[in-house]
Amino acid sequence: METFLGLDYPTWWFLVVGGLFSGYGILDGFDFGAGAWHLFFRKEINRKIALNAIGPVWDGNEVWLVIGGGALFAGFPVMYATLFSSMYIPFILFLVFIIFRAIAIEFRGKEEMPWWRMTWDISYSVSSIMLAFLLGVVLGNVIQGIAIGDNFEYKGDGFFEFLNPYSIMTGLTALALFMTHGAIYLLLKTEGRLFAQLTFLLKKGMIFFMVSYGITTLYTLLYIPHLSEDFKNNQLLFIVPLLTFLSIANVPRLANKRNYKLAFFFSSLTISLLLILVAIGLYPNMLLSTVDPKYSIDIYNAASSTKSLQIMLIIAAIGTPMVLGYTLFVYLTFRGKVKLDETSY
Amino acid sequence: MDVELLSRIQFAFTIAFHYIYPPLSIGIGLFMVIFESIYLATGNKEYHVLAKFWTKIFALTFGIGVVTGIVMEFEFGTNWAVYSRYVGDVFGSALAAEGIFAFALESGFLGILLFGWNRVKPWVHLTATIGVFFGSLFSAVWIVVANSWQQTPAGYHIVGEGMHARAEITDFWAMVFNPSSVDRLTHVWIGAFLSGAFLVLSIHAYYLLKGRYIEISEKAFKIALIVALVFSLGQLATGHRSADGVSKNQPAKLAAFEGHFEKSAPADMYLLGWVDKEKQEVKGISIPGGLSFLLEYNFTAPVTGLNAFPEEDRPAQVNAVFQFYHIMIIIGMTLIALSLFAGFLWWKGNVFEYRWLLWVFVFAAILPQIANQVGWFAAEMGRQPWVVYGLLRTSEAFSLAVSENQVLFSLILFFFVYALLFVLFIYLLDKKIKGGPYDESEERDRPLTKEITEALTGN
Ligand code: HDD
Ligand code: HEM
Ligand code: HEM
Repeated sequence: METFLGLDYPTWWFLVVGGLFSGYGILDGFDFGAGAWHLFFRKEINRKIALNAIGPVWDGNEVWLVIGGGALFAGFPVMYATLFSSMYIPFILFLVFIIFRAIAIEFRGKEEMPWWRMTWDISYSVSSIMLAFLLGVVLGNVIQGIAIGDNFEYKGDGFFEFLNPYSIMTGLTALALFMTHGAIYLLLKTEGRLFAQLTFLLKKGMIFFMVSYGITTLYTLLYIPHLSEDFKNNQLLFIVPLLTFLSIANVPRLANKRNYKLAFFFSSLTISLLLILVAIGLYPNMLLSTVDPKYSIDIYNAASSTKSLQIMLIIAAIGTPMVLGYTLFVYLTFRGKVKLDETSY
Repeated sequence: MDVELLSRIQFAFTIAFHYIYPPLSIGIGLFMVIFESIYLATGNKEYHVLAKFWTKIFALTFGIGVVTGIVMEFEFGTNWAVYSRYVGDVFGSALAAEGIFAFALESGFLGILLFGWNRVKPWVHLTATIGVFFGSLFSAVWIVVANSWQQTPAGYHIVGEGMHARAEITDFWAMVFNPSSVDRLTHVWIGAFLSGAFLVLSIHAYYLLKGRYIEISEKAFKIALIVALVFSLGQLATGHRSADGVSKNQPAKLAAFEGHFEKSAPADMYLLGWVDKEKQEVKGISIPGGLSFLLEYNFTAPVTGLNAFPEEDRPAQVNAVFQFYHIMIIIGMTLIALSLFAGFLWWKGNVFEYRWLLWVFVFAAILPQIANQVGWFAAEMGRQPWVVYGLLRTSEAFSLAVSENQVLFSLILFFFVYALLFVLFIYLLDKKIKGGPYDESEERDRPLTKEITEALTGN
């Protein structure tokens, strides 16, 4: 197999897709988190400020999902097709919640009536919670493997099979992590009473995360041995879980010191490290078959041709600096605390 | 109903709904760029008002375009898994390019476009507006390239057999510039500009009729009229080129467009008609030998008909394809006639005195929208029974893992969600139009002279 800088092309693309998904997790993660807390804010003005904290950036954040999905389709068509067609209902629900979240953000401020605003507030918050949860559920199922038969076609019973105890735990963990992450983001963007309330909410979020993360980790170690195998066999890799642990521990430490910028850095880092843990645990597999290991999808039987991957790496190499450039520009333009004006939501 | 049919209905429904919005966003984007550029060049505040007003309407269409587009991207995987595995290698690079070059550009600058009026320098804002507009143009590029590859595959070879067969890319540029992409892309772009132009004409004609915002509405109307005139003629040219391409690359589709059955005979061109598939004839008004002339510049040149293809390789819905195609052409001609006539009156004197004509323009905004929809329906249904022309059949392309009930569930769900979206869209659009181009807090409902406009919109 052809290689580039010592890695074969499917591995390169695995890194690209992984990078995009963790980018998505970090960016839309704080949007989901902010949305999940939304109904905790009682006053109209606070809800408005919280919404405008993500106002100029949430749409750009969502694009990471679009690019990540496109990258998966392009590089690993087999994985894309099997993953989405087997988890049909969870993904359709995910799409519907994406729609409701977006229209809630867009439409809530368009009318003054309290019932109108309340409807969209609920829609916004419930959608954000469900989106975070569903992402975790999907990840939980990917970690465990699903019932893939021959020709890469799913042969299981569908929806309720995906709502197993383990994936419910990963769903809750994802929600808790994003709520922590989102609370820190909002702390960076707000002042006064809302800020004070958020410091309190952040504590709750961190406790929620610690508990659910603890249970999920235990569960993984006890019941999903294949995930920890690589770490046992390769001592060097052990540094990743260690870093994850340190990164998680840093969040409450820095939050206590009120250094929210660094805390935000570490909550972001935690999101990517957790994904890296899963990626290392699975690699080179992507989706294990619970029917028979010979049906499993790995990065080699799922990948596009080397030629196609080469072309796309060139596209990514040209595109990524551009995207990072103007993303940075947007964040710099809207940095600092939220200021409302007539263009706000 | 089986999974295949339900998936087809769901795909057609969700893409048709998505395609209400992109043409509007692309078309309005063009006007945002025009208005804001004129404002920067002349310093005339009226154009600032126009730019801001149309940006607000853009925000509405764009928002719905984005969420319905995300549905499309994932639907390939959820409902067309076999197809996705088959085309992923070729098609993926176009989608990846779309994400990274187009969507990221659009959404990246969107924040500045919508929320940045008071935060960045005017020229930076204009750059953002242009960025968003170009982003929307690029989105059309990659998705139309991908679709065109399905219509006229090029630059690939087939690897593997049976369920494991798939197309692999051999030549990226041959894939991008496959035989139909350029003709269809220009046709799609112009269709979008027409959607935008006729919406601008409609709303400003409405204001003129109501005697509101006269000054700026006259200016906007004239600019939009020029755009409509140029592009309605342009659309005829690109449409003709597409038809020419279809006759070479997808002859069965062209035969369905005109309801031409005989294997090889001179073909008529119908203005209106009704296809009887059983009797293999079309009743209607036609120019004898018209199609032959259009393709070969000779009224008696033979054109390949549907009977040249085995039954299982022809589009099943000949009459529907025929009707969709002809509605598009009739609308195309109507748009040309309307813009020429209004242009003529403008050149003669004062178009704005013809109230009935303004009323026609108020309602004409729906025409390009319909033409865009039926154009796609003709192109996509005419491609059947192939999902990838000549290579993969639609009946072999859907997801085997998905059950009938699941698709029925999602179809009903999308139906209700989209109905709600559409009602909200119309309601808010109406509200924005009634609210007018000036900001809520400012005075409105009164013809404004230049001085007052400036006083009101000035800091
Ligand atoms: C890149 C791919 C692509 C693009 C840009 C489009 N489509 Fe398409 N379309 C498909 C890929 C596709 C498909 C996945 O290949 C389908 C699904 C089943 C089929 O036969 O083709 C399809 C089917 C399909 C059908 C159903 C035809 C039938 O089953 O008889 C309709 C009506 C449309 N499309 C309409 C549109 C519209 C209005 C579009 C404009 C935005 C559009 N398509 C763009
Ligand atoms: C099956 C085909 C299609 C798919 C999979 C698709 C996918 C998408 C996706 C994922 C988005 C959201 C991107 C974002 O987050 O910014 C989107 C929006 C958009 N799409 Fe589509 N799309 C399809 C057809 C088309 C066609 C045919 C066109 C143009 C001719 C088009 C033009 C646009 C534009 C301009 C946007 C930006 C939003 C807007 O302006 O409404 N799309 N599409
Ligand atoms: C004026 C005469 C017109 C002619 C001769 C014409 C011709 C065509 C042809 C031959 C196709 C099929 C191309 C293919 O399947 O590859 C097509 C498709 C299409 N047309 Fe037209 N058209 C005309 C007017 C219009 C107008 C006014 C609009 C919209 C405002 C429009 C929008 C579309 C769209 C969106 C498609 C589908 C995309 C594509 O396949 O290019 N057309 N047209």
